[in-house]
Amino acid sequence: MEQNTMNLTLKVWRQKNSGDPGGFATYPVKNISAEMSFLEMFDVLNEELIREGKDPIAFDHDCREGICGMCSMYINGRPHGPWEKNTVCQLHMRAYKDGDTIVVEPWRAKSFPVLKDLVVDRGAFDRIIQAGGYISVNTGSPVDANAVPVEKEKADAAFAAAACIGCGACVAACKNSSALLFVSAKVSHLALLPQGAPERRSRALNMVAQMDKEGFGACTNTGACEAVCPKGISIENIARLNREFIGAGMSGE
Amino acid sequence: MKWSELFTSSIGKKWVMAISGLCLIGFLLVHVTLNTLIWANIFVPEDNGEIFNRAAHWLGSNLIPRILEVGLFLFFIIHIIQGYVLELQNRSKRGKGYKVPMGSEGSNWYRKSMGLLGTLIFIFLVVHISNFWISSRFGGLKEITYPDGETFHNLYGEMITVFQELWIVILYVLGCVSLAWHLIHGFQSAFRTIGVSNKKYLALLNATGIGFSLLVSILFAAMPLSIYLGWVK
Amino acid sequence: MLEAKTPTGPLDQKWTYYKGHCRLVNPANKRKLEVIVVGTGLAGASAAASLAELGYTVKAFCFQDSPRRAHSIAAQGGINAAKNYQNDGDSVFRLFYDTIKGGDYRARESNVHRLAEISTSIIDQCVAQGVPFAREYGGLLNNRSFGGTQVKRTFYAAGQTGQQLLIGAYQALERQVNLGNVKMYSRHEMLDVVMIDGKARGIICRNLVNGELERHFGHAVLLCTGGYGNVFYLSTNAMGSNVTAAWKAHKKGAQFGNPCFTQIHPTCIPVSGDHQSKLTLMSESLRNDGRIWVPKQKGDKRKANDIPEEERDYYLERRYPAFGNLVPRDVASRAAKERCDAGYGVGTTGQAVYLDFKFNLINKYGRAEASKHGIDNPDNDTLVRLGKEVVKEEYGNLFDMYEKITGENPYEVPMRIYPAVHYTMGGLWVDYELMTTMKGLYALGEANFSDHGANRLGASALMQGLADGYFVIPYTIGNYLADEIAVKPIDTEHPAFVEAEKQVSDRINTLMNIKGSQTVESFHKRLGKIMWEKCGMARNEQGLKEAIEEIRALKKEFWSDVRVPGIVKEMNPELDKAGRVADFIELGELMCLDALDRKESCGGHFREESQTEEGEALRDDENFTYVSSWEFKGESQWQLNKEPLQFEVAKPSQRSYK
Repeated sequence: MEQNTMNLTLKVWRQKNSGDPGGFATYPVKNISAEMSFLEMFDVLNEELIREGKDPIAFDHDCREGICGMCSMYINGRPHGPWEKNTVCQLHMRAYKDGDTIVVEPWRAKSFPVLKDLVVDRGAFDRIIQAGGYISVNTGSPVDANAVPVEKEKADAAFAAAACIGCGACVAACKNSSALLFVSAKVSHLALLPQGAPERRSRALNMVAQMDKEGFGACTNTGACEAVCPKGISIENIARLNREFIGAGMSGE
Repeated sequence: MKWSELFTSSIGKKWVMAISGLCLIGFLLVHVTLNTLIWANIFVPEDNGEIFNRAAHWLGSNLIPRILEVGLFLFFIIHIIQGYVLELQNRSKRGKGYKVPMGSEGSNWYRKSMGLLGTLIFIFLVVHISNFWISSRFGGLKEITYPDGETFHNLYGEMITVFQELWIVILYVLGCVSLAWHLIHGFQSAFRTIGVSNKKYLALLNATGIGFSLLVSILFAAMPLSIYLGWVK
Repeated sequence: MLEAKTPTGPLDQKWTYYKGHCRLVNPANKRKLEVIVVGTGLAGASAAASLAELGYTVKAFCFQDSPRRAHSIAAQGGINAAKNYQNDGDSVFRLFYDTIKGGDYRARESNVHRLAEISTSIIDQCVAQGVPFAREYGGLLNNRSFGGTQVKRTFYAAGQTGQQLLIGAYQALERQVNLGNVKMYSRHEMLDVVMIDGKARGIICRNLVNGELERHFGHAVLLCTGGYGNVFYLSTNAMGSNVTAAWKAHKKGAQFGNPCFTQIHPTCIPVSGDHQSKLTLMSESLRNDGRIWVPKQKGDKRKANDIPEEERDYYLERRYPAFGNLVPRDVASRAAKERCDAGYGVGTTGQAVYLDFKFNLINKYGRAEASKHGIDNPDNDTLVRLGKEVVKEEYGNLFDMYEKITGENPYEVPMRIYPAVHYTMGGLWVDYELMTTMKGLYALGEANFSDHGANRLGASALMQGLADGYFVIPYTIGNYLADEIAVKPIDTEHPAFVEAEKQVSDRINTLMNIKGSQTVESFHKRLGKIMWEKCGMARNEQGLKEAIEEIRALKKEFWSDVRVPGIVKEMNPELDKAGRVADFIELGELMCLDALDRKESCGGHFREESQTEEGEALRDDENFTYVSSWEFKGESQWQLNKEPLQFEVAKPSQRSYK
């Protein structure tokens, strides 16, 4: 197989810590193989920076197979880079050509403060789940798993929503910094299953209340979140959450 | 949950936008239907705006439309104020912005420009209201007496006069173009916000929305154009 | 002396007996007891949630930014349970037996039987939590088959079962955080265990955001920190997966069980170059429909599709006609290595074999679809088109992932695959109660030496992690804590805490002050190369002895020439990594030592000196039916303790897949 290599210019957001104003730094990177992943290119650059006695670029990453949701880079005006339904860690350098300039920024949202360089704090997502993103059953002896049949279509739809990896690309892409795709994916996942029905109302109300408290914006159905979601979570979930929420809000309780 | 909590939540605020928006869409339907009467000549020779003027009079003198009109203004005000509040609040959530903005990546420009489109419509609306509504409600319109002896405000005549001015015609057409984009997003977005999540219905609403938006806007725009171009006299 | 504390009675009554006789802690007292849980994967999250539900005060720690990121999330295939929903003859006993046999008779019978018993409750629990398992049209749960078994007992959620199970456990955990029963510490890495009067009483950890060291007290400490596959540098583990927590415990006195037992998964995307940072698994389920082959001609440089059928060597089908492409993982991996070492490998590096779907795509799926559509005598193109649609439905996400990584379309050309390190059966030695050899210190999930013996069956890791966390530890920890109710929380100013923190701090400062010339990553790569070549898929005495020497030299070089940039009191991923690699180097030595001691071949451990004439692994039950439990005695010094294994029910037999 032919080995394509390329030289690129990276413009990367550098910020020492949450208090630092930060700014862009430019790095030329050379002899990048087309078979490298985007993060492996960062590894190469970091190795160089360390050898030169400079501070390497901090970025979040872990599984590098597109499922943990940790990686988060806003690349040339798009969260997770140019490929559809993809995370940064699965983006490969084939996507670029020799001489390209690539601008890399952290997720931008007040609710996701930058901790260092490209690393942001997504604790808000955990707190939203804490507000109600679960079914309140204790470990023990629940009913047999097959005691409650679940319509296959609903189970599949619940799974499709539950595939959310909590990366935050939806917030990063949304012009309103809204987290509604994330919240609605969880509400949908649980509301579609009979097991989640008893807490439907309180779940929708509490999760949305926490989302508002965290300072995310309001959804205006632009669909940008769906377009950049690495797991293809549909904005139908947002509509479902809207219904769940208003229904719950209007109920007597 | 208290009502106050409901309506101050992010989804509640959006819901208010959606409901008010849908009411305004309903109003547009009535308004555009009435407006098409200016082309009554096509079917009724020598009508010259009589049907239009009579219909306008009926709307202006009947109690129910008058009450609805108050509601309409209320919805306009709510939609406009809430729209600006949301726009400003949403803009403040980003903090530091991106060096490379997303632009229309992942979403059409008009879906991200509802505030701008709304503002253009608002400007148009101010001109429009001062042109027609104020004079028809608070006087200033000439009167016309039809052969059966009844006398009406000659709104039709007023239109013919106003739309001889090129800049007004252009403003109206621009207003209608803004309205079209605003509606293409707003129509289906409103239904999503009130909770229509069924894929089939959404597809239907999307198609209906586009059809409705284009039809309404083209009909509205055709009015000043056909007057200016002398098709309607 | 290793005391496994296995309850008395017949095998299938032991757990029931234990549950009926273990001591309990009353609800009022539970609230006064604090438990530290390190790691929030399946084992950690389920344990933290379950203990908090019982009323214990729990502190949970993870190094990631959220507990939901733990690497359990990446498990693809499924989770086994002896539900017998398929009516195909499954039972608790069969799951127990398959696991013991699959593990090549190197696991403890009592633990494995308990695991099989609990498996059914796990599925009930997960469904109640809202885990969206795959279902049939009738609304009931679906199952798929997996390697090493003859029944369909694997529950799954597309190719993302681990994700769905972890999210279930994570949600249960977050619920307890909301209720105030769990205090969650994300971006915190445990760097030592604190021992007071012979009992684990807390941990020292580093806040990875600001670099500060913190002391945390607990009446008991649970390590749920996963496996150590990253000692090989390249593995299917996450970049952050590490052995540090378990290793610190080991150095404080917890013995390490079977460190050399490593699972090499046969179907991973091969290495593409020196830049490679990790390897990606292609689910075992692909072997249901893919045929594995290499060219019959050495060094054949033709493209795969240009090599005619008669010039292909379907070596698994040739060597193992009974099981063919579905032999267990260890067997499939070794066979691939054998072909590549002999010069038949494909791809740029020659370190890959083909996994080809064409045959089944056309003959299995294509023909079935054609018949469904009522097409008589379909031509080849029609069969390919129809077959593709089905394959897409079955494996679409995996095929997409393959294409993203390699740039090749697996519907058109065969996948190139090669074995890669995937799971470590070894880990901290634990007794029946999951307690390590240190009082009050427990190890759960992959972090313990586990129920999988010398080889783990597919879809059993998830089962074990959740069994330990949901259903074992809630009972066994009570048996220990019942004696601790009088112990008041110990002030973290206690000298033991101060001393432990000082040791951690000194080590960090030492690392920072070396200011050498080589990066942490470069050391890690070199360690990985030694381990992969000499303690990987095949091991021999000479190689292992060399490896030990090389690792010792590497360790010396590391501690005199590593360069860690930045400062301590800041977010410093290089410093985090440096500490982990330093521990991996020490672990690597122990793994080689263990591999050297175990002169037999068993499961994932293949000693070249111990093979049959046909080159198959040869076990030596007479001399090696024991768990190797290594006790740390000082730098590069260990004492081997043996826990003899008794097989009263599942009598050992040589595995054969011919």
